[in-house]
Amino acid sequence: MGVVTPGFRGRARGDDPRLPPGQYLAQDFPVLSAGPTPRIRTDTWKFQVTTETGQRLQWTWAEFLALPSERPVVDIHCVTQWSKLDTRWRGVAVDVLVGGLDTMADYVMVHSYDGYSTNLPLADLLDGQAWIAYEYGGKPLAPDHGGPARLLVPHLYFWKSAKWVRGLELKTRDEPGFWEAAGYHDYGDPWREQRYQGD
Amino acid sequence: MARTAVSGRLAWRVARLAEFRDETPTARTLVFELPGWPGHLAGQHVDVRLTAADGYRAQRSYSLAAPADGDRIELTVQRVHDGEVSEHLAGPYAVGDPIEIRGPIGGWFVWRPKDPEPVLLVAGGSGIVPLMAMVRARRAAGVRTPFRLIYSLRTPAEQYYADELRTPMPGLDITYVYTRELPEGRPGIPRRIDVATLNTAGWPAEFGATCFVCGPTGFVETVADILVALGHDPHRVRTERFGPSRD
Repeated sequence: MGVVTPGFRGRARGDDPRLPPGQYLAQDFPVLSAGPTPRIRTDTWKFQVTTETGQRLQWTWAEFLALPSERPVVDIHCVTQWSKLDTRWRGVAVDVLVGGLDTMADYVMVHSYDGYSTNLPLADLLDGQAWIAYEYGGKPLAPDHGGPARLLVPHLYFWKSAKWVRGLELKTRDEPGFWEAAGYHDYGDPWREQRYQGD
Repeated sequence: MARTAVSGRLAWRVARLAEFRDETPTARTLVFELPGWPGHLAGQHVDVRLTAADGYRAQRSYSLAAPADGDRIELTVQRVHDGEVSEHLAGPYAVGDPIEIRGPIGGWFVWRPKDPEPVLLVAGGSGIVPLMAMVRARRAAGVRTPFRLIYSLRTPAEQYYADELRTPMPGLDITYVYTRELPEGRPGIPRRIDVATLNTAGWPAEFGATCFVCGPTGFVETVADILVALGHDPHRVRTERFGPSRD
């Protein structure tokens, strides 16, 4: 236990087993991003998956909506300490997008329309753990929350769930993305409080 | 900022409150003594951790309000309703009391005195804190980088750092926007920040200024959208948001 601050009691202990260490429950849905909210038009939107050998798959917005979708209900945890439980999404499982590819890649760089990127192990995007989401709470995903489509990978801190995604780059080597190069953790497991490099 | 191993930089350190100043009835600047502090850049933040006697912990992020003064760092904490951390820090937390701090954190929303571009700072309410760190870092470094600050407030009574900002600083132009109540004797009516404000009190887009926008989410969204519409390069518009979203 760290140093005790005299007189500090904190709020009533919820002991919510679904709340990772250091997190509190947010009533609203805070917005965090590094710059202005880009407005991405769906008539020019494309989503691309590439592999280390140059193989490439691409979907337009209409093609993407025609893919089989799922409606995950998940808890999300932001590195800035808020968590939100039972958030309702609709999107395409990453398994559907990369399932047919022939690749030896172990890592993925996720790219966004605003130039943002984040890196993850490919394994963390498979087996029903991650989606490209385009609805939140039964409505089209709003631009400030990453619409028209964002990555949703709820078991990691939420900066990994990149907004305004335009593609996945499958790679054999791990390289840091935008926040990771700025000192945030490469993996970002909220249950192990992997907030920053070295945690 | 001193070069320090990441593991050392992000280790928790015990800090003690050295002094405090009330900025407004609900906001307090806390000056901590933090032995071994490696230094930081203007705009960076720290994590603060409070531990109760029974082991319960709460952790929050706060922007640094000023350049480091040796082992002393400053935060300004706005007391928020039902905020378990802010109510303690801006309330009973007393000089000499220990607390844990780690950082500095964040390498994007930062300004370095060697950056040559003009700077536009746009603050909404307590979003002034990291921007004030930039103003102070500019003064401390003795550089002449042209700065413009647009500070949006609900009422004059909510202004932070009022005496310091009243003292003219060459090369820093300040424009105040009041959304609910104007200062005594100021003509006009309260209004929100808009295209005209940013067009008049900001920099022309072709100057290639770096824009730092900090405040509540709705405020930041509005300002960033206007700056982009006025022709500013989106990659030069750096934002820090706090609080709930609009929807």
